[in-house]
Amino acid sequence: MGQTLKELGDHVAASLPQHVLGAAIIHDQLVVSAKREAIVPVLTFLRDDPRCLFKLLSDLCGVDYPDRPERFEIVYNLLSLKLNQRIRVKVTTDEEHSVPSVTAVYRAAGWFERETWDLFGVYFADHPDLRRLLTDYGFEGHPLRKDFPLTGYVEVRYDEDQKRVVYEPVRLTQEFRSFDFLSPWEGMNQVLPGDEKAKAGEGGK
Amino acid sequence: MTEAAEAEARIKSFTMNFGPQHPAAHGVLRLVLEMDGEVVDRADPHIGLLHRGTEKLIEYKTYLQAVPYFDRLDYVSPMGMEHSYALAVERLLGIEPPPRAKYIRVLYAEITRILNHLLNICAFGLDVGALTPFLWGFEEREKLMEFYERVCGARMHAAYFRPGGVHQDLPAGLADDILAWCDGFPRVLDAIEVLLTENRIFKQRTVDIGRVGAEDAVDWGLTGPMLRASGVAWDLRKAQPYDAYEAMDFDIPIGKNGDCWDRYLVRLEEMRQSLRIMRQALAQMPGGPVKVNDRKVAPPPRGEMKSSMEALIHHFKLYTEGYHVPAGETYAVTEAPKGELGVYLVSDGTNRPYRCKIRCPDFAFLQSIDFVGRGHMLADIVAIIGSMDIVFGSIDR
Repeated sequence: MGQTLKELGDHVAASLPQHVLGAAIIHDQLVVSAKREAIVPVLTFLRDDPRCLFKLLSDLCGVDYPDRPERFEIVYNLLSLKLNQRIRVKVTTDEEHSVPSVTAVYRAAGWFERETWDLFGVYFADHPDLRRLLTDYGFEGHPLRKDFPLTGYVEVRYDEDQKRVVYEPVRLTQEFRSFDFLSPWEGMNQVLPGDEKAKAGEGGK
Repeated sequence: MTEAAEAEARIKSFTMNFGPQHPAAHGVLRLVLEMDGEVVDRADPHIGLLHRGTEKLIEYKTYLQAVPYFDRLDYVSPMGMEHSYALAVERLLGIEPPPRAKYIRVLYAEITRILNHLLNICAFGLDVGALTPFLWGFEEREKLMEFYERVCGARMHAAYFRPGGVHQDLPAGLADDILAWCDGFPRVLDAIEVLLTENRIFKQRTVDIGRVGAEDAVDWGLTGPMLRASGVAWDLRKAQPYDAYEAMDFDIPIGKNGDCWDRYLVRLEEMRQSLRIMRQALAQMPGGPVKVNDRKVAPPPRGEMKSSMEALIHHFKLYTEGYHVPAGETYAVTEAPKGELGVYLVSDGTNRPYRCKIRCPDFAFLQSIDFVGRGHMLADIVAIIGSMDIVFGSIDR
C-alpha cells in the first residue's frame, strides 16, 4: 500500500510538474500540495486520469495557521471508488487572495466552499452562489479563524418589550477559562482567594 | 389569450418557505422552494439553525473531552460518530486498541446502524402516511437504547468509543441479551416490511421519486445507502476495513434505480446484514482488555487507583491535562449508518486538537436536494427528504 501510494504521488508530481509543489506520505495517506491558481487543472487531472480516478470529493475544508505568511490552508480530500484510494490536496491562501472554485469539477464542492467562506473568510472565485451557510443571517466575522474568540462577540435573546430577538454584546457571567497545560511549572500569578491579606499585611504593618 | 393574461400565467412561479417548524423537515430545515404551481423549480435549503460551533469548541477541549461532542452530532447514531474520531486519534497516537475492544466496537457500530435505520425507515413511513411502523420501530429502538445504557450508562449520548478502545467491558449477561434480541428482531422487520414494502400507497409515493444515477451520486459526494441505492457497491467496511470488519462475513445490498423506494429497501436489507455481523461479533469476541494498556492514554482501573500512587497520578493527569498527541494530521473515515463520516484531525503536539473538521454524510445529501428534487411535486420533496436520512445535528455541527 505504501509503495503504490508513493508511486501515485510520483505519478501526479511528474504529470503536473508546473502545478504540483510536492507530494508526501503522512500516516499512510498521500498528501499533495499544489499551487493555488492551479487547483482546478490539478483536480480535473486527478478526477480524469486513469491511474487516479478520484471522482468523489469527500471533503473540503480550511485550516488556519495565523503565523504563516499565507495563513489559510485549503484541504481537499478525494476518494477514488474504482481504485479504492484516497488523496489529499492542499493549497495555501490568505485573506486577500481568492482560491479558484472547483464547483465545475465537483458539484459537491458548492456547499463545502460556502462553509469554508463562512467560517474562514476564504474567498472562492467563480463560485456560483457564495453565501454564508452555517452562521446566522447577517453574521459578522469568520468564527473558525484562530483570532475569533470562542465565546463570540454578540449574543441573542428575545426582548419582551420590543417583541423581537435582539443582538447584544456578549456578557459572560464567568470569565472564560482556557487552561494552559503546556507550562505546568510557571506557577500562579493571581492572588489566592482568601489570601488577599498576605500582601496587604506586608504593606500595612 | 390576451397579452396580459399570458404575462400573468408566466409569472405564476412563487417562492415558498418550508420549515423550519415543519414535522416533515426532520429537525430545523428551512427550505426555500421556488414553485411553478405545485412543481419545484429550485430548492434552496437554509441550514445552520442548529449550528453550535462543534469544531470550534473541540479546539478548546482536550482530546478526551471532545468525544461527547461527537454524540451530539448525529444524535440518532451517536456511536457511529465517535468511531471516526477514535480511529483518527489512535492513528495520530500510533496505538491500536486490543482485539476485544475492536469486536465490541463492531458490535455497537452495528447496533447503532440498526438504531439509525429503524428511525429513518419508520419516520420515512410516517412522512408518507404510515403511522404504525413508527410505533413498532420505536419499541425496538428503545430496547437497543437499553443496550446502550447497560454498556455505558447513557441511552443516547454514550461517549463509549474512546481513543484506545472502549470505556468499559460489557457487563455480565449483556451479550446473551443482545443475542436473544437478534433472534426476535427479524420478526419485527418482517412485520414492518409487510406494512410498507409492497404497500400500494407507499410505493406510489416512493417508486421513481428522487432518482439519482450512479455518476450523479458520486459527483454530488453521496455515500452510504444513498450511493448504494444508485447501484454502486461501495461500503467502507468492505473496501477499507477498520477494527474487526475484516473478519466479518456480510453482503452489501445495492439498489437498481436510485429512487426513494430503493433507498428504503437498501436500508432494510442493511439491518438484516447488521444482525449477521452482530451475531458473528458476539460469537467470535475474544477475551482480554478493552482498552490499550498504556497508562499515558487510557486510565488505570479503579481498584488499582486505591492502592497505587502511580495509578492515581496517571488518572489525575489524564483527566486534567489529557494526553499529548504528536504533531501530524490524518483523515479517518468510517462507514457511519448514513454514509462516509470523515474526521480530518490536525494536531500540533499539544493536548488539544488544532483543527477537527467533521465531514458528515448528510451534509452532502442535503446539498443535492436541489438536484434531486427539481421538477418534483411539493409532496415528493417530503418523501425525498425522508429517504435521504438527514439529521441536523450533523449537518449544522
